[in-house]
Amino acid sequence: MMAAAIAEIVVLISTLFFVGLIAKVKSVWAGRKGSPVLQPYYDFFKLLGKGEVISTTTSPVFKIAPSIGIAATFFALMIMPIPVFGSVIHFEGDFVLFAYLLGLSKFLMVLGALDTGSSFEGMGASREVTYSTIVETAFFIVIGSLALLTRHFSFETIFASVNLASGFSPLVKILLVVSLFIMLLAEGSRVPVDDPNTHLELTMIHEVMVLDYSGPDLAFIQYTASLKMTIISILIADLLVPPSFSLVAACALSAAIVTIVFVSVGVVESLIARSRISHIPQFLFLMTTLSLTSFAIVAFFLFGVIR
Amino acid sequence: MNWVEMRNLKPVPLGEIPVHSIEELRRHVIESVGAGNRLVHFFGDRTDSGVTVYAVLADDNASRLYIASSYLQDKKSFDSVTPEIPAAHLFERELYEEFGIEPAGHPWLKPLRKGIPGIDLSEDQYQFFGMKGDEVHEVGVGPIHAGVIEPGHFRFSCHGEKVYQLEIKLGFQHRGVEGLFVRNVSHPIYLEKLAESVVGDTVIGHAGGFIRAFESLAGTAVPRRAKVIRTVALELERIAVHLGDLSALSGDVAYLTGNSVFGALRTKVINTTMAICGNRFGRGLMKLGGVDFDITAGLHDQILSTIDKLEDDVALASEVLFSSASVLERFEKTGVVSRKTAAAIGMVGPAARSSGVPVDVRSDHPFGGFEFLPVHKLTLPGGDVFARAYIRFIEIQQSIKIIREQLGGLAEGKIRQTTGSLRPDSLVISLTEGWRGEIAYVLITDSEAKIRRVKIKDPSFNNWFALSLAVRGEGISDFPLCNKSFNLSYCGFDL
Repeated sequence: MMAAAIAEIVVLISTLFFVGLIAKVKSVWAGRKGSPVLQPYYDFFKLLGKGEVISTTTSPVFKIAPSIGIAATFFALMIMPIPVFGSVIHFEGDFVLFAYLLGLSKFLMVLGALDTGSSFEGMGASREVTYSTIVETAFFIVIGSLALLTRHFSFETIFASVNLASGFSPLVKILLVVSLFIMLLAEGSRVPVDDPNTHLELTMIHEVMVLDYSGPDLAFIQYTASLKMTIISILIADLLVPPSFSLVAACALSAAIVTIVFVSVGVVESLIARSRISHIPQFLFLMTTLSLTSFAIVAFFLFGVIR
Repeated sequence: MNWVEMRNLKPVPLGEIPVHSIEELRRHVIESVGAGNRLVHFFGDRTDSGVTVYAVLADDNASRLYIASSYLQDKKSFDSVTPEIPAAHLFERELYEEFGIEPAGHPWLKPLRKGIPGIDLSEDQYQFFGMKGDEVHEVGVGPIHAGVIEPGHFRFSCHGEKVYQLEIKLGFQHRGVEGLFVRNVSHPIYLEKLAESVVGDTVIGHAGGFIRAFESLAGTAVPRRAKVIRTVALELERIAVHLGDLSALSGDVAYLTGNSVFGALRTKVINTTMAICGNRFGRGLMKLGGVDFDITAGLHDQILSTIDKLEDDVALASEVLFSSASVLERFEKTGVVSRKTAAAIGMVGPAARSSGVPVDVRSDHPFGGFEFLPVHKLTLPGGDVFARAYIRFIEIQQSIKIIREQLGGLAEGKIRQTTGSLRPDSLVISLTEGWRGEIAYVLITDSEAKIRRVKIKDPSFNNWFALSLAVRGEGISDFPLCNKSFNLSYCGFDL
């Protein structure tokens, strides 16, 4: 438990590095030198030191949304197991709380956006909620197939035993890793779901919802967004790192997997264009399809249809 | 005689232009457009106690222009031609705003730039077209935007993500450019600088348009060498902006590769322009009577080797861009303007050509270096963002060939000729194909041979309305992409 807490503090400290890594990968693809990998840290501390401008049309909801958002994401991180270390808090059915903590953080961002009364932010909020309904469902199918496979109902025990399961699990794992990667692109507002670099309000999803935030609140929001991506990338590592590994080997492998995931995000952003808004649900349903397929494989195996 | 026949850059004496009653002029315009001619200009010129209204039409296939006029007392109204000819819609609003003559029956009579006397330009007085309904929402964008771009207000009426109607309100940076020309006619250097600054991204196009009009009134025989240098600069400008647009179109769909590669290629082109005249945008090159900078033998070879390399690089980059499935998914069938619509509202330039309307001043009404080396018109049938992007690629290739041809005909000789005095009581029309389309300058001189009236029409004036129509029925998130595919000028409209 103590070890898990220390591991999670390491995650909290290193998460912004990975956002810088995406930017660096994109710069290299574009043939530019790019900003330093540590730029997100400089930005974070710069924003913390700044004052805030708060619209007079807003209510206290607008002000508390980023703080609750970051707190809920911290809480989710404590539930999430880190390979070999396990999680700080765990109990039967903790993944439901995990999913809804992330949901709570998003719900408050949506409220904060609607609170400004801006037509842009309302549009962004409506898009965010639409895509969340698809991603959240798919996430439960992902966890559901793992629970069915391992017969456990807590994150920690699920991931501790997933690697012990029998022969067909590599196939299930591949499907679930791709599902989680799509979830990361959606939750992290990356291409092809969203364009984090655009200045065009009409096309934005996540960025347009936070247009009115400044100073420490904006720092919290950016930090929350990066932490969410890191959390999902660690879930991918959870799936792939065998619990039998030694501490050092598991740490190295996990760090490598998270790095590969973020480099892949950068490569995806460099090579493909952002999808048309009306086609994004199709892309997100790919996550649903993959997780349903893995669920079906596990179920067929359990009921003896395939062996 | 209903019309006097004229040509691009050939002045006519004011006395030869037929004067009709406004009803007759209206009838002639409708007949002429019905016969297939294109409305180029419809503008007013203030005289003693009234306004002379000129209508200019073009027969593009025969390289002819037709002009006729009518005299109207102040505060008069006339029957609008817009219901019959939608292309006249902005011209009539301009007439109403500048001279107070009302086009009765105009379906969209609103302020254009500085506001109509009595109707204030402020937002609460300007009546936007609205949609009613519980689930309909309005989105207002601008006039202050998130990027470093010019001011303009866009009002969308939407149902969910779908745009039903877009109204574009411009006029936020009206500078009174036409008046500035007339007030400074005695300072040639000022006129050159002013013409370069009418639209900042079309320096060579606008400066050339004004300067050629001035030279033809002065009867200046511009040396061929100067004409070639001007044409090379004009095509370099076209290549540079088209490359910039392809980069920005890639950027708008978050396609990093296209964004960075085309941006880098653009730099090479504007640096070539800098090698010619010391300014990346071509400022200081165009002078009355010729050009200020020569293309030396060394520079000649440098330009040729740059465009040879450029031709390969552009072909490769375009192949990558236009074969990327994720890019095509965004470009194809987005923001379609049909050929019928494009012709009816009088679109010009690459935007019109990508809707299949064959208009290109370089070919229809040759000017400058295009008098000796003709240009083929390129059209595409689609009318969508893809067509507007792809036509930029094929026009870049065409411009590279034009530069090679023109440099091959770089005759020895002077690069500048002194200009004589202007012809009194004359009118000249100067049409130029800038990268955005047809730039029209009309100059009118008084009896003392001084310029009395300068009328400018930037291609943006023709094409802004097309953008409104292109986004109807599209998702609101595709608006920025449609907007960039037209890349229209705000200051060119506002003047």
